[in-house]
Amino acid sequence: MEVNKKPKFEVNNLNLFYGDFQALKNINMNISSNEITAFIGPSGCGKSTFLKTINRMNDLVPGVRIDGSIKLDGLDIYSDIDVIKLRQRVGMVFQQPNPFPMSIYDNVAYGPRIHGIKKKSVLDEIVEKSLRQAAIWDEVKDRLKRNAIGVSGGQQQRICIARALAVQPEVILMDEPTSALDPISTQKIEDLAVELKKDYTIIMVTHNMQQASRISDKTAFFLSGEVIEFGETGQIFSNPRDKKTENYITGRFG
Amino acid sequence: MPARQGYLDELEKLKNDVIKMGSVLEESINNVVTALKKVDGKLAEDIIASDDKIDDYERKIEKACIALIAKQQPVASDLRRVTSIMRIIADVERIADHCADISEYIIKLSNEEEIVMPKYVIEMVYAMKQMVVDTIESFVNEDHDQAERVIAADDIVDDYFEKIMDELCIAMKHNPDKIRQYSEYLMIVKYLERMADHATNIAEWIEFIITGELEIGKQ
Repeated sequence: MEVNKKPKFEVNNLNLFYGDFQALKNINMNISSNEITAFIGPSGCGKSTFLKTINRMNDLVPGVRIDGSIKLDGLDIYSDIDVIKLRQRVGMVFQQPNPFPMSIYDNVAYGPRIHGIKKKSVLDEIVEKSLRQAAIWDEVKDRLKRNAIGVSGGQQQRICIARALAVQPEVILMDEPTSALDPISTQKIEDLAVELKKDYTIIMVTHNMQQASRISDKTAFFLSGEVIEFGETGQIFSNPRDKKTENYITGRFG
Repeated sequence: MPARQGYLDELEKLKNDVIKMGSVLEESINNVVTALKKVDGKLAEDIIASDDKIDDYERKIEKACIALIAKQQPVASDLRRVTSIMRIIADVERIADHCADISEYIIKLSNEEEIVMPKYVIEMVYAMKQMVVDTIESFVNEDHDQAERVIAADDIVDDYFEKIMDELCIAMKHNPDKIRQYSEYLMIVKYLERMADHATNIAEWIEFIITGELEIGKQ
């Protein structure tokens, strides 16, 4: 399919168990860089589990067992890359905006500071650049010292995206990033995701099928821990190959 | 209750309306056959008057499609069905228009000195009618093979057109005083030929609904 483009992630025969329960079954998938990949599927289908596996957020879940491999630029994320380094390269934005209870500036500067950057001029630059990239700079530039909790939900989410961008990741994972937002904020996040894919690889879990069809390049449909179908978004939403995909996206179950 | 019952009902109703529109068209074509055979000007007038029914169906179904897209955002085969129906009803409406166009010429013929109908006209109209009937049936059953047969049948209708045109040219040469009636038959068979083309278009949209592959106008 994509002969010239090396995948950002190569997932091979990935299985994940929570105790006796198998949450992911033999996942095989290549995820391309500079694209938006959407994961869709009913609740409990494994899509969020898989997303979390990509930056090893399942590591601390008791009883979790993972086999198979996930490679980031050819390196196994469970054996070849340090988890802190992995999470610096693979950022995450959650469903509920979760700014830290501190100023907007400190939220965005938090990651770079942890990574040892102390010089104010450098931090200033990172904060401005990240907020600009997250399309929120103009709205907050005059109140960077205000508490991030005090702004609207849509603004909080973009601040969280800026915070993720500040550590210069290569990949951004988004777990239903707009499900708690109003339509206008949702539109802004969607536009932002499309803008960001020029520089980043974006993987997004969404329950909003129109959102997946509007902005993603590829879509994977999950059901009962399996990837039923993975392909070009246009194809998935106009002519899915699998009847189960068809039934789900047309709302006949789920 | 299955998910999205109201939506599924709306889709089903849309399909049923198209089928009803198709049966009005079939009736109209049957009347054309009868009016042609008898050169019945009165029946031809009725055919023209009944064209409004088809137009009403077209408006109604078109509106329902737009409302369904706006409110329910159909995707996958549902989307193909809704968008194809919008194209299909336009072709059905064109075929019905041609029933009226042919009727105009039947009225003219009924007021003129009678001539022998060219050979093959009735065979041609039956071949065309069968295409329309098969098209509607393949829509009802989403039957790909039947749609394929409709598309293949278009060549048969085209051959009839060529044959009849040759015959009419010769007849015009031999009976120049009947050129008007002959050219009226020529118009009629041209409309029949166009009706078959529209049936072919519909069959191609039905194939698109089934396969998701756009073959429209490929041949």
